[in-house]
Amino acid sequence: MTRRTLTFREAINEAIRLEMRRDPTVILMGEDVAGGATVPHLEATGEDAWGGPMGVTKGLVKEFGRKRVLDTPISESAFIGAAVGAAATGLRPIADMMFVDFFGVCMDQIYNQGAKMRYMFGGKAQVPMVILSMIGAGLRAAAQHSGCHYSVFAHMPGLKTVVPSTPYDAKGLLISAIRDPDPVIFFEHKFLFGLNGEVPEEDYTVPLGVADIKRPGKDVTVVTMGRMVHIALEAAEKLSKDGVDLEVIDLRTLSPLDSKTVLESVKKTHRLVVVDEDNPRCSVACDIIALVSTRAFDDLDAPPRMVTAPHTPVPFSPPLEDYYIPSVEKVVSTVKSLVG
Amino acid sequence: MTEMSKEKLLWVYERMRLIRAFEDQVADLFNQGTMPGFAHLYAGEEAIAVGVMAHLTDRDRITSTHRGHGHCIAKGVDVNGMMAELYAKATGSCKGRGGSMHIADIDKGMLGANGIVGAGGPLACGSALTSKVLGADHVTICFFGDGASEQGTIHESMNLAAIWKLPVVFVCENNLYAESTPSSYHCAVGEICARAAGYDMPGSAIDGTDVFAVYEASGEAIERARRGEGPSLIEARAFRYYGHFMGDPQVYKTENEIQSYKARDPITRFRERVMERHLISESDLRKIDDRVNEAIKGAVRFAEESPYPALNECLEDVYVSYPREEVER
Repeated sequence: MTRRTLTFREAINEAIRLEMRRDPTVILMGEDVAGGATVPHLEATGEDAWGGPMGVTKGLVKEFGRKRVLDTPISESAFIGAAVGAAATGLRPIADMMFVDFFGVCMDQIYNQGAKMRYMFGGKAQVPMVILSMIGAGLRAAAQHSGCHYSVFAHMPGLKTVVPSTPYDAKGLLISAIRDPDPVIFFEHKFLFGLNGEVPEEDYTVPLGVADIKRPGKDVTVVTMGRMVHIALEAAEKLSKDGVDLEVIDLRTLSPLDSKTVLESVKKTHRLVVVDEDNPRCSVACDIIALVSTRAFDDLDAPPRMVTAPHTPVPFSPPLEDYYIPSVEKVVSTVKSLVG
Repeated sequence: MTEMSKEKLLWVYERMRLIRAFEDQVADLFNQGTMPGFAHLYAGEEAIAVGVMAHLTDRDRITSTHRGHGHCIAKGVDVNGMMAELYAKATGSCKGRGGSMHIADIDKGMLGANGIVGAGGPLACGSALTSKVLGADHVTICFFGDGASEQGTIHESMNLAAIWKLPVVFVCENNLYAESTPSSYHCAVGEICARAAGYDMPGSAIDGTDVFAVYEASGEAIERARRGEGPSLIEARAFRYYGHFMGDPQVYKTENEIQSYKARDPITRFRERVMERHLISESDLRKIDDRVNEAIKGAVRFAEESPYPALNECLEDVYVSYPREEVER
């Protein structure tokens, strides 16, 4: 039997499609998730104009119609908040925030309403919703369309945060997120949309809160997520030629965090590097280092290190942006400083 | 005057009296220093919540504001649980985790008081979207104040509700002040309801101290929403008897202004109206007064006798499912 491959983009699309087929309460809304609403020649055929700015939700409106695939005005507060209200009253909405950098215009609805509702109401509410959001630098999209910012959301009680790195994980994690009873922010790295990988046709889940060891190794633990998993794996290949064996842990979800897998790995390797494309201050990178320093200090043979973006917005100029993004070379040199 | 059955009239009176008695009791308890936190009281605005809620069932839903006690009581939330919540007790509506600004009861269709001004608009749209997608004829009422009418969320929500023809009724409770700032200052148009035109929905201003006027106007808007014809905006004007919050000395109001409210007290007006027309006897009203007073005394007793939440309750209900050690970290 030939193994089927899909792109990261197609895997996300398939996860939404399968869940919308399975559960009539799943709806999708956002700016241009279909596109071209009410345009006569599109209405006539049921086609979409865009299927999302990156084509991730292409074709869904044709199958499910505009009652369940809703183009919204450019009103993030209204439609992200509407997703919260819909989730609390019986639907399972998927709301597309487009670029994570837009969270500033609708943050109240995410963290004061969606994230806190269950707690504030004494456990009497459930908010089963997913927010899709693109992250990541490298497309020359400059400071307001290139951030990661998942640390901000991982910081907030009541939210779950998912950062997949492969098509297989993207599909399985998104299906889990849609079925999850809590609000989940699902971060899609723009650089990964075209990545191909094996993806089974059936529906399957990858559980939230379980990290994946993408490469077992014995010398240094590298904890990472999203696109940086691939940077770390490339660094591991280079370093293996020098006889340094990296263990690459893909966190997959930042909240809940799989502390156990991280701590067990450090117990084995005694060295830790965190590779994170987000800004460094108060970040997931800091969180992992705090975790290991407080729970496994005696296991460490060297100070934990982190390779992150600098504490700056994302610059536009290509040489500057390339400098901003954590590189294979930086990971290699950081690891070497620990094992030298 | 729109016809209300005798049963409905009695219900209206009982709910308005219960709200007033609850708020007066809370004011006393705050002044004595018995209650922690903030409280924004609804006294004076009873006719709005009750006149609207007289049309609703438990399956219809509302979003509320920081001044939410009246909406809760009119929507049928248990006053024992509410009082216990204000006392921060384990038996409170939200197990003592929410307090005055977060009282909610999803089963009763009460989607929460809200500490963020204007935040209920998007939530109301979402609730109405649920009704629309599931094919139910339930409506959602979005209560908001004159202050919230200046928030982007309310404008975005009115637009979204209009383009999607959502079954929402936007009820602006204009009590003339956003905290201490007069609506004549903060609002660029003289009438907030005029903004309905910008969202292609019906808009009307009504006397929010007249429960019959509220009942009539909201009835039309609710029926329109149930028929799938989309949202409406009602601006109901009334007076806030207490300050913005308990402890606000209201130096921005003159004594004359405060005294003038009495002539338009919603409960007095209701009594006069129904007695004048012999719709309800004075003894029926008195029986309700007695029952309300007992209910409030009972609620205070219930709250005082209830325990505080156990400390481990701090860690519960953040999520439906999440590793406990990560909550405690």
